[in-house]
Amino acid sequence: MTSPLQQKIKVTGPSVVTANRTWDGAVIYRTAGKDWSTDLARAAIVRVADEARALLAESVADDLGAVGAYIAPVQVGNDGRIEPGNLREQIRRSGVTIGLPVQL
Amino acid sequence: MPLVRGGKIIDDPFVYLADDAPIPADGAILVSGARLLQEAENLFAASRKVGVIWSNNRELAELVPYLDRLAAIALIFPTFRDGRAYTQARLLRERYHYRGELRATGQVLRDQFVFMLRAGFDTFAVRKESDAEAFADTIKRYSVFYQPTGDGRITALHRRMQLRNFEGARQ
Amino acid sequence: MYAYDEIDRTLVNERVAEFRDQVERRLSGELTEDEFKMLRLQNGVYLQLHAYMFRVAIPYGTLSSRQLRKLAHVARTYDRGYGHFTTRQNVQFNWIKLKDLPDALADLAEVGIHAMQTSGNNMRNVTSDQWAGVAPGEVEDPRIWSELLRQHTTLHPEFSFLPRKFKIAITASAHDRAAIKIHDIGLRLHKNDKGENGFEVLVGGGLGRTPFIAKTIKPFVHGRDILSYVEAILRVYNQYGRRDNIYKARIKILVHELGIEKFAGEVEDEWRQMRDGALNLDDEVIEDIRSRFSYPHYEKLPHMPEELRKAAHDPAFEAWRKNSTFAHKIQGYSIVTVSLKPVGGPPGDATADQMDALADLADRYSFGEIRVGHEQNLALPHVARRDLPALWRALDRIGFATPNVNLITDIIACPGLDYCSLANARSIPIAQELTRRFANHELANLIGRLHINISGCINACGHHHVGHIGILGVEKNDEEFYQVSIGGRADEDAELGQLIGPAVKFEEVADVVEDIVEAYLALRAAPDELFIDTVERLGVEPFRERVYATR
Repeated sequence: MTSPLQQKIKVTGPSVVTANRTWDGAVIYRTAGKDWSTDLARAAIVRVADEARALLAESVADDLGAVGAYIAPVQVGNDGRIEPGNLREQIRRSGVTIGLPVQL
Repeated sequence: MPLVRGGKIIDDPFVYLADDAPIPADGAILVSGARLLQEAENLFAASRKVGVIWSNNRELAELVPYLDRLAAIALIFPTFRDGRAYTQARLLRERYHYRGELRATGQVLRDQFVFMLRAGFDTFAVRKESDAEAFADTIKRYSVFYQPTGDGRITALHRRMQLRNFEGARQ
Repeated sequence: MYAYDEIDRTLVNERVAEFRDQVERRLSGELTEDEFKMLRLQNGVYLQLHAYMFRVAIPYGTLSSRQLRKLAHVARTYDRGYGHFTTRQNVQFNWIKLKDLPDALADLAEVGIHAMQTSGNNMRNVTSDQWAGVAPGEVEDPRIWSELLRQHTTLHPEFSFLPRKFKIAITASAHDRAAIKIHDIGLRLHKNDKGENGFEVLVGGGLGRTPFIAKTIKPFVHGRDILSYVEAILRVYNQYGRRDNIYKARIKILVHELGIEKFAGEVEDEWRQMRDGALNLDDEVIEDIRSRFSYPHYEKLPHMPEELRKAAHDPAFEAWRKNSTFAHKIQGYSIVTVSLKPVGGPPGDATADQMDALADLADRYSFGEIRVGHEQNLALPHVARRDLPALWRALDRIGFATPNVNLITDIIACPGLDYCSLANARSIPIAQELTRRFANHELANLIGRLHINISGCINACGHHHVGHIGILGVEKNDEEFYQVSIGGRADEDAELGQLIGPAVKFEEVADVVEDIVEAYLALRAAPDELFIDTVERLGVEPFRERVYATR
């Protein structure tokens, strides 16, 4: 496996670093405050490869807190609202696209 | 890197000899497979102990002629996920009846100790100090084994037979 | 049922204690994720899109009601109240927390269930025919051998770090319900001309990126030699299987690159040197395992009881009986398949309440036993035929009596992009839409036996290559597309399907399937010519024409 830091980083638009939280697996996003949040709105936004690389390096260094950090695309609206940039990230943020077999 | 043998951390009696380094007058040496095959007679000439580092992709058949003269064989785990050395170890012990030191090297971690012991390793070049210290406790994790290997532990299938025969005899 | 003894229980408990220690070391930072990942995988723990996923083994698909209740308990206590039955006789929980896993495993261990080697590059759950021990005409109960192999390959000191995962399936019937030809090793139990039991051994089957149907490596290996023969195969694979490229690491690639003859020669050389060793199974040992499978005390019952005769007037009951109940080796009993494929539901899911209710029904009507099949349905293996009407009403109340077993809506699907971190596209919504399109029972019945398999990526967990209709999700420019193939099958005549044409969009998949089905209905030689037989007779072309004529 290539480490995420060695992978070629391609950033074509606004992006965030996301991962899963180690103790429970929850979806989390890297914040500007060098921490993690389950809220996409609090994610640090990067726009060029160097920034992305730096944010990813800092995220990956937190091996205890998070698993499998990577760069994911987002869309930033005129009002500053952050939305996931593709279906996979949409599903990670909002949950499955189907009805669950049980009412929660 | 701590070396564990007989459950204890020990000093390594072997010194690694690079392929281009002259053979020292005495002392136990560990050489590469290539060097062993090239100048076995020189290496074994004096009464020193000779060990070899045998890589995963070398055929064991090439090593077999030297087994009774080798004091140690070091097999390699390039990562702990690469399990070829388990097969090499079992074949050395169980098929070729090698009785010298069998050393696990490379990414040797705590959670593989039991497998390694069962495959025939008796010496462990352990990556982390804390794993080396935990050796004695770790190998006690399991008391039940399903497979027969050269370590001679009784398998679950045979233990059942014993229990059954024992109970049968009591009735 | 196979009864664990103190020895088996001790091992499972020791495994739980070990994993508890490993999780603690991970959560304290002593183990890095790189070091921990393989350890968690070997205990069935994946990291998926939303959370950890926990895969629990159901060896050879046999569950007791007590075990099923414990699965319900795990779903309720540590997860979100449901589980997903997979194509390999496993059950998965989708939302579990790493910190809870040791407790979940400990709870399961109380009833002799474990998650050992449900992932990782080792021997996976040894699967078998879900009708083992009750199918008419079977050579012998294949679970005896599955259990011997399960024990032998559990925590194997030599083969816990193979080049890649390794799967074995066993069948003892002429009709293969265990899909042995798409496994790394497939075993077909049969008798030699001396009347002794042994195995035809097949090797190198598998789906994924490079699909292969398994080839016969040895037509007959005596039962007493099966462990040593499997060990010889594994040893050759462990030494020579590729480790440089994860996509070329399965044994099927080694078999393909060497050729089956050369591979067989290597195995034979190895086997000759060990076949008379410690792995030789003496009769006493085989008998001991055999003796720990218990069978119900069946009653002497008529084939056509009064209850069944009366219920035959109810068309809804008859619709269900005709496709959900199957001949049993004992007169007066049936095998009942429990459909986990309700219209509009995710294939293979069951809620904790449904599991508990089914456990109760198993106690009442099936000697406390439940089976899990690779089609992602459950089965009650010993139902007295007089009880079928009552059982049907009870199953219907819990949503488990959809009369679609083996019909077009009995779809096999992987979790897809809704859950899985490997997926490129969603599988479940495609399955749901198809079940709605073909919800009309008369239509589905008219179409007859037709298996649809859906995978959300090339790893092929939904076995799309061997679906009569196979659907594979791919991604193009961030959009979901689906490739459709036809003509695959997973049984004794296993075949890989052929692509019918370019991939289509998410919204078009159900239309394409409808077109294929319409073409079949128009093309079939007679109403009893199955879809798969029409495709075999005519090839892909007429279907391709029909589907792409207007696209």
